[in-house]
Amino acid sequence: MQHDEIVEELTGIFRDIFDEDDLVLRDDMTAADVARWTSLSHINLILAVEDAFDVKIGSGDIEKLTNVQALISLIERKTAR
Amino acid sequence: MRTRLDWLLTSADIPYLTSDESLSDAVLVEQVRQLGQYELGFSQVFKLDRRLRKITDPARYAGVLTPLRLAVLGASTLDHLLPALRAVGARHGFLIDCYLAEYGQYLREIADPTSGLHAFAPEVVLIALDTTHFVGEQISDAPDAALDVTMDRLRSAWRTVIEQFGAQVIQQTALPRMLPLMGSNEHALPGSPARMATALNARLRSAATDEGIDLLAIDDAVAIDGLDAWHDPVLWLKGKQEVSPAAAQHYAELALRLVSARRGRSAKCLVLDLDNTLWGGVIGDDGVNGIVLGQGSAEGEAYLSLQRYALDLMKRGVLLAVCSKNDEAVAREAFERHPDMILRLEHITSFVANWDDKPTNLSRIADEIGIGLDSLVFVDDNPFERNLVRRALPMVRVPELPDDAALYARTLARAGYFEALALTEEDRERTALYAANAAREKTRTGGLDITSYLESLQMVLEWKRFDAAGQQRIVQLVNKTNQFNLTTRRYSDAEIAALIADPHLLALQFRLRDTFGDNGVIAIVIGRLTPGGEVDLETWLMSCRVLGRGVEAACLAVIAAEAKRMGAAALFGRYLPTDRNDMVREHYPRLGFVQIDVATDGETHWRFDLDRPIPDALNIRVVDIQGTSA
Repeated sequence: MQHDEIVEELTGIFRDIFDEDDLVLRDDMTAADVARWTSLSHINLILAVEDAFDVKIGSGDIEKLTNVQALISLIERKTAR
Repeated sequence: MRTRLDWLLTSADIPYLTSDESLSDAVLVEQVRQLGQYELGFSQVFKLDRRLRKITDPARYAGVLTPLRLAVLGASTLDHLLPALRAVGARHGFLIDCYLAEYGQYLREIADPTSGLHAFAPEVVLIALDTTHFVGEQISDAPDAALDVTMDRLRSAWRTVIEQFGAQVIQQTALPRMLPLMGSNEHALPGSPARMATALNARLRSAATDEGIDLLAIDDAVAIDGLDAWHDPVLWLKGKQEVSPAAAQHYAELALRLVSARRGRSAKCLVLDLDNTLWGGVIGDDGVNGIVLGQGSAEGEAYLSLQRYALDLMKRGVLLAVCSKNDEAVAREAFERHPDMILRLEHITSFVANWDDKPTNLSRIADEIGIGLDSLVFVDDNPFERNLVRRALPMVRVPELPDDAALYARTLARAGYFEALALTEEDRERTALYAANAAREKTRTGGLDITSYLESLQMVLEWKRFDAAGQQRIVQLVNKTNQFNLTTRRYSDAEIAALIADPHLLALQFRLRDTFGDNGVIAIVIGRLTPGGEVDLETWLMSCRVLGRGVEAACLAVIAAEAKRMGAAALFGRYLPTDRNDMVREHYPRLGFVQIDVATDGETHWRFDLDRPIPDALNIRVVDIQGTSA
């Protein structure tokens, strides 16, 4: 999957999960930058990503996905296979 | 892992989710109606929930979304279930306002008249207690006494809710997630948390009916889907989410069925297609002894399983109806004469078999019985019919079916359309009551505009002369087609081979493709040029599967062009009536042929002058594929 497609899809997911219409993704964005990005909604984010990109994210990886760049890289890696 | 609501459609572009409030009320209402047909992807749940929470004027959705105040009470994290409850609520026709009681405060909230719960005045109270709260986490020294205390506490909570709010109480059963200490014989250790959870669920079941509350049986759901689909120990330990977020939509679906059932919104009538749904094969062509049903084959047993399930549904109060494209007499014959049929005519409240489109016939069935279209569930193996009904009548519930007929009944059961709370005498009598209604004069005539649907199918009619590659299928079709067959003339393998070899004959095969895929060869036409300059159509047959789609007119356009090329001035058509082909009695006049005469045996003769304009083949692209392999 192309980087731009991933960013577009992921932006929609972030807006829906964190309930922010105007949210724009930045590579260095972390939970501190998004009001509703909490430890509980992080689970929703991961599940939404798994569902939308048809990938499986191991529980070991979940905690490491602390910023947008890490998430995009992981999706790129998993969808490339 | 996510449990799948696989009787629903999925789409990345559910119309309501991608539209906005600037559309007219009528369009929005139509889009909301369609929501019921879709399973939501994980983030679509959130998207729909956001959309619903932004609705400022619920009156715009009058008729499709009924406002409903739902309170959720528990002793662990439940926030993650609310978006799904609201989103699935819309799928069931409710605009839900949720109240989440403070963590672990549910008893106080119920008892205290100044609590937030009292101010909220719920119409439905969902009590979602986790298994730890019910039975503890370690062996109990006095298990039965502990269960007594739990049940007393619950009873008093239920009674107060019913008394104070007049609300529906939905009590979630204990999720069977406690680890076994004994094994299969867990009951031998009464204090084990796993045994206590099982015992508690049994107690809930015996108390529910007396107390007038409804159980949300997630223990049964776990037995079907497996514990991993419903519970993730990591999320429980980390965030006290007992029902995993991945199962939230399914959880909400089960809860909303109960809400709908309390309000009389469960479906009331199961409408069944016949060919390849209740039995294998096409009765009009294969005959009553040729259909696949019952003893002797796995496939035949598969169809019986749906019949058996339908009959039991009927016995508990669900009405049965038949909606089939068939001659009525032929369709009824199976019910009267086939020895393996479980369903009989006396079980069917409304029996509609004709050649009209299915939405028209479903409306007829609803009228005859005297119930709304939203009370119908329509089961049909054919995706064309399912989608036509979904589009024309979005309020009718239409499950997606798996390929294997052995799984039809299971899919229907999982879809939960007929959710019921208690069995009344009335339920058992209802079948008889409605049967009387249906016996009344059948009124109503059809007339549904399906043009736009046909357009969307992108039909392509491919044709070519008979060829060796197609020979086997041609022989099969000419020898088994009984219904859409003007002359029912049979041909041997050798005769077809001779037709293939003779380039001066009109011998055409037609194949239809559409958005559902390739329907295969669906029409055969054979004609000979007479000395009088007419092409005598000795055979014209079609598969009933593609009826009502304008394929006949498209075929005529090809036949006419080919006949002209052969030097003919007219087409000569024959109709030889049999006890099977009444449906094509009007075939030639419908296409603009003029009657010439009637022979003594009832055979009618028709002529189509090739100078005349050919009726338009609407919505079908015709492609000559001469010279390509079949």
